[in-house]
Amino acid sequence: MFKDITIGQYYPADSLIHKLDPRVKFVGTLIYIISLFVFHTWGYVLGTVFLFSVIRLSKVPLGFMLRGLKAIWILLIFTMVLNLFLTQGTVVWQFGILHITREGIGTAAKMGIRLVYLIIGCSIMTLTTTPNKLTDAMESLFRPLRKVHVPVHEIAMMMSIALRFIPILMEETDKIKKAQMARGADFESGNVIQRVKAMVPILVPLFVSAFRRANDLALAMEARCYHGGDGRTQMRPLVYQSRDLAAYAVLLAYLAAAIVLRAVLHW
Amino acid sequence: MSIIKADNLNYDYLEYGEDGEKPEITHAVRDVNLKIKEGQFIAILGHNGSGKSTLAKHMNALLVPTGGTMWVDQMDTHEDDEVWDIRQRAGMVFQNPDNQIVSSVVEEDVGFGPENLGVPTDEIWKRVDDSLRKTGMIAYRHHSPNKLSGGQKQRVAIAGVMAMKPKCIIMDEPTAMLDPNGRHEVIQAVRDLNKSEGVTVILITHYMEEVIYADNVFVMDEGRLVMQGTPREIFSHVDELHELRLDVPHVTQLAHALRLKGLDIPEGILSIDEFVDAIMKIRDGGAVSDERKQALGENPEERENKADRENPSLT
Ligand SMILES: Nc1ncnc2c1ncn2[C@@H]1O[C@H](COP(=O)(O)OP(=O)(O)OP(=O)(O)O)[C@@H](O)[C@H]1O
Ligand SMILES: [Mg+2]
Repeated sequence: MFKDITIGQYYPADSLIHKLDPRVKFVGTLIYIISLFVFHTWGYVLGTVFLFSVIRLSKVPLGFMLRGLKAIWILLIFTMVLNLFLTQGTVVWQFGILHITREGIGTAAKMGIRLVYLIIGCSIMTLTTTPNKLTDAMESLFRPLRKVHVPVHEIAMMMSIALRFIPILMEETDKIKKAQMARGADFESGNVIQRVKAMVPILVPLFVSAFRRANDLALAMEARCYHGGDGRTQMRPLVYQSRDLAAYAVLLAYLAAAIVLRAVLHW
Repeated sequence: MSIIKADNLNYDYLEYGEDGEKPEITHAVRDVNLKIKEGQFIAILGHNGSGKSTLAKHMNALLVPTGGTMWVDQMDTHEDDEVWDIRQRAGMVFQNPDNQIVSSVVEEDVGFGPENLGVPTDEIWKRVDDSLRKTGMIAYRHHSPNKLSGGQKQRVAIAGVMAMKPKCIIMDEPTAMLDPNGRHEVIQAVRDLNKSEGVTVILITHYMEEVIYADNVFVMDEGRLVMQGTPREIFSHVDELHELRLDVPHVTQLAHALRLKGLDIPEGILSIDEFVDAIMKIRDGGAVSDERKQALGENPEERENKADRENPSLT
């Protein structure tokens, strides 16, 4: 059931991108996403060049990058088809009430490229950064939000615990499923409603076990003196190196170029 | 000097039922008095529901007594300000290896305790290295806990406790979910720590083979401390233990049965070697043959190691 979900799909390699501070990669991904929505026409050439340079630097095979697209191809086709048929403008092809316009082709292509680049951009981040580092980065970047009482440390801690327990719970689901199948449960046949109903005997024991685990873990954390983020030190405190500052400079230059292309040159 | 001391310790669980008015009271621990000296290896026995886990949770202030006092390293667990000090002094290892590992990388999990204590970064790394080495898990430092065996996970949990520099480790059935190899691995690791580091170990277990190494054994029943003594003293009372629904090691059982049949074997036999010794004595009419003496080795250390190797249920 959960076979297809991959979380924390880290690809270990020794590259400049891997070595960058996770905060740089997080901010970089955000900047890249923003730039995708700034671009209009020729800007996408800049976006493409930037994306492929980063992929080259990361030493992650292109195939791994494209793997993330599998999860969204339905969404991708859906968006493109909608844009293709529903945009008004000069008609180039007509059949009954269906028509395709020149503008429609343009928007569909643009949306397609945006979505694909967006997924690849995020994949670069998750493929080159361990989930733990990503949570550290988020905790550190969002720390100012604590002033407005957002429990930043707690959220980061929850995320890292969730990452630790996802594989355990998946394995458990598999075990429960097999146990129910051994007693004659049928998960494969029947219509949608029947199949959903068949999931109940899996989900109930899974939740019971998850709550018990949560209870145990809370006790174990307390026994190891966990008492929130205050007064806590870090094993791997995040410290910017000179390469991280250089990377920020490159990112800023890229964003500036994107804005100039759009606002000044109207490309 | 005692590291852990209980004075008339009582603990009641209150459970509020559907009506929400009259709570159901379980007297989980009743009038327990005990003293544990620093550096000792203690075992706690008792059948299911006898209050062992409840008692253990008092030893690092996860529970606070409803009656009487618990002293941990001269600190009263009632004092709110001392809770973190107490938990640093007395670490705890639980039964389920999966449910006590917080991080998805071994070394980061070991660092979790020191991080909570506010130990500076360099010092955390030193402690992590040190405790992983002492538990023999240094080779697995970058691994994910999910890929380790049960015994290895428990050793990571022990390393995580050791990194907090405790004086005492409380282990609540740490081997209950492990196979025989894993059990041996874990018990060996804590015995080593007990000997080389002088950490006090309090081991709750249902496996009698793990008890014979203890300096002192406590037996609980219905929340009370009913027996206390060295393993030999405790296992001399086979019938009483059976009444408390507890087993004794197989050799002890066999020796006891033979004794009941009229053979002149002492009570409280703990290892196969001792048993053979006793049998030989009977055959030779009271004297142990010189050969046998040599084979056994006269110093107790050597004998203990032999017992390790020859005790089939542990190897
Ligand atoms: N959270 C709780 N709420 C209510 N009663 C409890 C709770 N935990 C334990 N008890 C009761 O307290 C008594 C002692 O339980 P405890 O868990 O200390 O026993 P134990 O000796 O550790 O048993 P086991 O060998 O099964 O682990 C039992 O009767 C149990 O039902
Ligand atoms: Mg228990």
